[in-house]
Amino acid sequence: MTAAVRRRSQLLPSGRLRPGAAVSLPVDEVRAALELMLLSRRFDARAIAMQRLGRWGVHSPAEGQEAAVVGSCLALDPGRDWVVPQYRELAAYLHQGHGLERVVAAQMGHPQEGRIADEVRLLPVQVALAAQLPQAVGLAWGLRRQGQDAVVLTYLGDGASSEGDFHEACNLAGVVRAPVVFLLQNNGWAISTPRRLQSAATTLASRGPGYGFPGVVVDGNDLLAVHAVTAEAVGRARAGDGPTLIEAQTYRLGFHNTTDDPTAYTDPAELAAARALDPILRVRRYLTAHGAWDEEREAAACRAIDDRLDRAIARAERLPAPGPAACFDDVYAEPPPRVLAQRAHALAEAEV
Amino acid sequence: MAQLTMVEALRDGLRVAMADDPRVLCLGLDIGTLGGVFRVTRGLQAEFGADRVVDTPLAEASIIGAAIGLALAGLRPVAELQFLGFSHQGFHQLGAQLGRFRTRSRGRFAVPVVVRAPFGGGIRSPEFHSDALEAQIVQMPGIKVVMPATPADAKGLLLTAIRDPDPVLFCEPDRLYRLGREEVPPGPHLVPFGVARLARAGDDLTLVAWSAAVELCLRAADRLAGEGIGAAVLDLRTLVPLDVEAILREARRTSRVVVVHEAPLTGGFGAEIAATIQEEAFHALDGPVRRVAAWDVPYPPGRLEDHYLPSLERVVRAARAAVRD
Ligand SMILES: Cc1ncc(C[n+]2csc(CCOP(=O)(O)OP(=O)(O)O)c2C)c(N)n1
Ligand SMILES: [Mg+2]
Repeated sequence: MTAAVRRRSQLLPSGRLRPGAAVSLPVDEVRAALELMLLSRRFDARAIAMQRLGRWGVHSPAEGQEAAVVGSCLALDPGRDWVVPQYRELAAYLHQGHGLERVVAAQMGHPQEGRIADEVRLLPVQVALAAQLPQAVGLAWGLRRQGQDAVVLTYLGDGASSEGDFHEACNLAGVVRAPVVFLLQNNGWAISTPRRLQSAATTLASRGPGYGFPGVVVDGNDLLAVHAVTAEAVGRARAGDGPTLIEAQTYRLGFHNTTDDPTAYTDPAELAAARALDPILRVRRYLTAHGAWDEEREAAACRAIDDRLDRAIARAERLPAPGPAACFDDVYAEPPPRVLAQRAHALAEAEV
Repeated sequence: MAQLTMVEALRDGLRVAMADDPRVLCLGLDIGTLGGVFRVTRGLQAEFGADRVVDTPLAEASIIGAAIGLALAGLRPVAELQFLGFSHQGFHQLGAQLGRFRTRSRGRFAVPVVVRAPFGGGIRSPEFHSDALEAQIVQMPGIKVVMPATPADAKGLLLTAIRDPDPVLFCEPDRLYRLGREEVPPGPHLVPFGVARLARAGDDLTLVAWSAAVELCLRAADRLAGEGIGAAVLDLRTLVPLDVEAILREARRTSRVVVVHEAPLTGGFGAEIAATIQEEAFHALDGPVRRVAAWDVPYPPGRLEDHYLPSLERVVRAARAAVRD
């Protein structure tokens, strides 16, 4: 058995602070965080609606996990730190400076729009679970060797933490004391597989100490606590004290992705209980109590978000449909002659 | 006889195998309550219990590695990879382990493991869900490679795979899972390995394919028939073992062969077929063996996949060119 780990929390579901909580975000930044959480939530709703109309690719919503994503990425300095994502971290991509309109267009069938601008410290989403983690360690290690004081924040899920790549990444990170933070979003599920079938360990954070670095458990629906523990971990990494594994305990309120039907395997009572702990509710309550949020502000924020989404969608709709040449773009710096011949062949056929 | 989709036929096959042999167990991601992401195993956990239809932690290397150990312990594991594209997370347990156990132990240890894996394009899936990796596995001696194209074959080949003393990679074309129904024999229906199926007769040329490309070739043959060209379609069913005789018989009979596959052209299994034909039946040919395959680039996002996969047009054009030879 692993030793019991204290679960860190600051902002209670009531919207009140736990007595003695050392809050690391001022109220105006919490307000900006709530706006980012709302953007993530509304983006999901729009993406799902568009997917049902056949105008959007497969979508994996972040619904319920907004505090885990927003709280953690806000602890980074996008001017020097990097994000290496899993796939539910829209808010982190945006915080790093990636454009919403690019995310939208890529999902609406324009893969070339997936290009992340050179100045944005973010790696592209990839689908093979946990494969990004050793890369994140190498990136952190390499940036340190290049004399930068950058930190890499990499995301993974409870399911991904069963992959060998996760364990190898942790082991290496500990050995080279890489300035990396592993943010494990334990949302209770890997598609239909519940957390208890994923690992017999009491907490997933308990793996950190096994690899020689701290493992921290935090209420993943608590924006303030997630921010505080991530800021600590980022500080440690920057100071040369090595990696941290953070287990943000949250809950997937939606489906795994738009191809999934969770009613086949979830318990409605468990879902209802999780809904009551929706991370957005408590931030709203907190800010309202501080006089920094009200219905009017909420309505204005939602309008602004919907406008941004409308504009991004309208822009994507105006983009020309990609042709066969797009299959061949960016595969090699200098494509082999045979590949160039195939490209010419594909283009000629498209014209017939 | 029941009219089944491929998903239903596979489920029926698993049910028959599990009822027939208590050593058979299934393991993989989400195969229990959910029944797998394509529902092939739906209802089997309720019927046979959670110790025979096992939801594993998310780790392909340990699914395959543990299947090897279970087989060494005397069980008959049927492992499911959620997608063939994620076989890479367990690649070292395939070629280097699963395929070599018999040789390494000088015949003492057999590992009768079946690894099922959906794959293939045309359904707008995310990255790694569509990649046709069969040629990579064919290069792992010791493993049989099975590629059914119809519901009845899916069941019959699966039951043969489960009874086979050697490991089998069983690739399921997800585009065909629910595309149509056909009569599937009940009970222990067995289709032997290494016996190709003439899916359609025709005298002017032979289209050689496996898995979902068979369905594409049948559509191409329909189109060609309208132009007065008789195209036979040979469904290889298994790549290892390979029915070389059937391939040569067709090459000698029609003198014109076009091989169609979803994997990239270079180093694809089509090259093996073309080379075999020219070695063994060169003088019977009226022209070169042609290949229609995907391009030598990474599998693109769904929106672009129609530009990447072999299309009906490309197959028809290659066939027309072949009959002009
Ligand atoms: C190596 C690999 N195996 C299987 C899959 C299929 N798959 C996609 S998401 C997923 C579940 C992931 O669960 P988790 O890591 O907890 O992340 P969550 O989806 O809950 O955010 C699975 C099995 C994959 N993408 N990669
Ligand atoms: Mg999860």
